[in-house]
Amino acid sequence: MPSPRYHREMPQRYRLEAAKCSGCGRVAFPPRMVCNCGSRDFKGEKVSDYGKILTFTTIRVAPKDFETEVPYSVAIVESDNGVRVTTQVVDCKPNELEIGKKVKFVFRKLYTEGHTGIICYGYKAILI
Amino acid sequence: MREVAVIGCGMTKFGELWKKSLRDIFVEAALKAIDDAGVDRISSMYVGSMTPGLFVGQEHVGALMADYLGTPQIPAVRVESACCSGGMAFRLGLFEVASGHSDVVLVGGVEKMTDGADVTYALATAADQEYEVYHGVTFPGLYAMIARAHMHKYGTTRQQLAMVSVKNHHNGALNPNAQFRGEVTVDQVIKATMVADPLTVLDSSPVSDGAACVLLASMDIAKKVNKPAVKVIGTGAATDTLALHAREDITTLGSVKQSAEAAYKMAGLKPSDIDLAEVHDCFSIAEICIIEELGFVDKGKGGLFTEQGHTSLTGKIPVNPSGGLKSKGHPVGATGVAQVVEVVEQLRGEAEKRQVKNAKIGLTQNMGGSGASSVVHIFTNA
Repeated sequence: MPSPRYHREMPQRYRLEAAKCSGCGRVAFPPRMVCNCGSRDFKGEKVSDYGKILTFTTIRVAPKDFETEVPYSVAIVESDNGVRVTTQVVDCKPNELEIGKKVKFVFRKLYTEGHTGIICYGYKAILI
Repeated sequence: MREVAVIGCGMTKFGELWKKSLRDIFVEAALKAIDDAGVDRISSMYVGSMTPGLFVGQEHVGALMADYLGTPQIPAVRVESACCSGGMAFRLGLFEVASGHSDVVLVGGVEKMTDGADVTYALATAADQEYEVYHGVTFPGLYAMIARAHMHKYGTTRQQLAMVSVKNHHNGALNPNAQFRGEVTVDQVIKATMVADPLTVLDSSPVSDGAACVLLASMDIAKKVNKPAVKVIGTGAATDTLALHAREDITTLGSVKQSAEAAYKMAGLKPSDIDLAEVHDCFSIAEICIIEELGFVDKGKGGLFTEQGHTSLTGKIPVNPSGGLKSKGHPVGATGVAQVVEVVEQLRGEAEKRQVKNAKIGLTQNMGGSGASSVVHIFTNA
């Protein structure tokens, strides 16, 4: 992923920065310009550090950037303030994951970009 | 808008076509469609193709295909909507004829996936690059998460998922154009190599090369050509969030439901009026969700409905008589058009060993990504 593009997403990947819609109260992550309720008025908000697993899988055939990491677990997590994200769940065995289990977001390395070796960071989840 | 019919169709065999190029397979399918109808000219062309740029490094395929088809002067454009590029191309061709602007339009779909590209990466570009793919998720992974949620919420079983693949391989074995013409068992599907738990390689559609083309025409031309006309009586398209995680309910494919409702409304039909359906079974779980969204069965009961045999060739509503994406193959951009080819052959009574008896009304459903786009068409031979 080219570095300017990586740089733009840092507030979300490093600090889970989101935006709360003043119209309907829904928290948008990443922040967006128009809410599905039609409102364009948002206030800064952070994705809660805690959440629960809605569904999950174990990836056994991965794209090139993740090839050396298989098998790894990926889940859809809903944060305590209602934001849903796709994230890896780490520091546990694949068979420890269950729908409904509580998780905490942590800051981790995701992968190393192929050509230039830029280390790409972001959030992952751990079971609590 | 005026009535429109499919007057000709053709497709290549699907599979690993190493001796043929992207342009070769498109022109092969296009010539079959033109010869099938027996027309001597086309007014314009829509080419559905997901990502020839990533698969073979070739963009601008509308003009390329017009050139190699020997019609370099006609308007031609590529249509992209991930795996439903072909279905969306068909919808645009339909509107061009229905509007009265053109009398004969060629709609094709093509993909060349086995030329050495990183296929997992190329397909993943249909998901959210920054917020799904960045975290290492793949398409099998996204559908695996739908499967896990469906099993948890509705009690759908691992065996029921496998039965989709078993049924589609049975049908595909009867289809000379199918990539995999061998039958599989429930046990083989479940014990096959795991791709993304709980889905194995035999729950997944393959990597394929292939092309399919149809000719759309006004009814006055349709009455003069070789083959009986198959009328297009309904079209519907819809979108949903690109990211699977952003949906209200992970097990609901909202775009499929909405596109189907629009097509049913236009045709003045209900789900029970449909005699056969070609649907987007990119993974076994997808077919289960889709037959629920199309209204063939109540939400949550798609697995049981499949287990009871209602979607088999001789069932209540035969689904994927062609073998579906699973067995016939899934050259992504070609799939939506190949579905139309199958329904037209079924409605003409040309489907030989896989012919659905007394088929009068057929439906196609083609989907992009994890359901972020869907397009449905309804056809009749009446």
